[in-house]
Amino acid sequence: MAALTCQEMVELVTDYLEDNLGWRDRRRVAKHLSVCDPCVRYIEQMRETLDLLGTVPVETLSPEAQTTLLDAFRDLRR
Amino acid sequence: MGRDEEELLAALRAGDEAAFARIVSEWSRPMLTLARSFVSTQASAEEVVQETWLAVLKGLDRFEGRSSLRTWVYRILVNTAKSRGVKEHRTLPWSSVAGEDSGPSLDPALFQSAGEAHPGGWRAAPSAWPGEVMVEGSVLAGEVRREVRTALEQLPDRQRTVLTLRDVLGHTSEEVCEMLDISQANQRVLLHRARTAVRAGLADYLEVG
Repeated sequence: MAALTCQEMVELVTDYLEDNLGWRDRRRVAKHLSVCDPCVRYIEQMRETLDLLGTVPVETLSPEAQTTLLDAFRDLRR
Repeated sequence: MGRDEEELLAALRAGDEAAFARIVSEWSRPMLTLARSFVSTQASAEEVVQETWLAVLKGLDRFEGRSSLRTWVYRILVNTAKSRGVKEHRTLPWSSVAGEDSGPSLDPALFQSAGEAHPGGWRAAPSAWPGEVMVEGSVLAGEVRREVRTALEQLPDRQRTVLTLRDVLGHTSEEVCEMLDISQANQRVLLHRARTAVRAGLADYLEVG
């Protein structure tokens, strides 16, 4: 089986991190990473990116809207 | 419907305010993200979510439990958001796989081409990121976090939605496929392109800066 190029490796990163690769591809990735420091770094940076994404605040409904909904709940469920 | 959901449903039907307050605060985040992919503004998305909750309240007694409660709520949300999006003349984002989803996700210019010594190999290795990037509270970490948000906002709608649901809010791929009614394969493509783009945005920022 042909060895992976770095460009192919980059396209497999998500499946690799999600554990979605079959054993053949997993072996090809492991083999590539054992000899390619730039790709090891790339994956490390991808992991850091995911950690950073986990810290992004996401808006929820305003407290006023939540209060309005609770009032509606009370009215309807009485 | 799972046991937890049956209990939740019973609590809601019995008028348990705390149970309702809890799901409103927990579910509204992903609901807003999802609604935002159909409508033009954040304010409009917020109205869609409120409208959805009101419809849920009214329909609670009619809900037959054939799907999970969450799936039912999301279905109402998507229908509400769609009709709102149509009124705002937005094209529906989830109706097809767009051309933006094929081809390499990372700039091909970063790799050597066919005539060169190592076709498909890095032209130059990705530069190392300063360790400070991941140190909470450092100046650089603050800047980088802002940059992550910018990169996220600049993504095409569908990629931003999938990435937000998966990596920001922490939903599983199964949950995201169900919420968006897309295939695993489609979800993976969108997630992959979005992650690749955000990392590339950070790399550009850290190299220039």
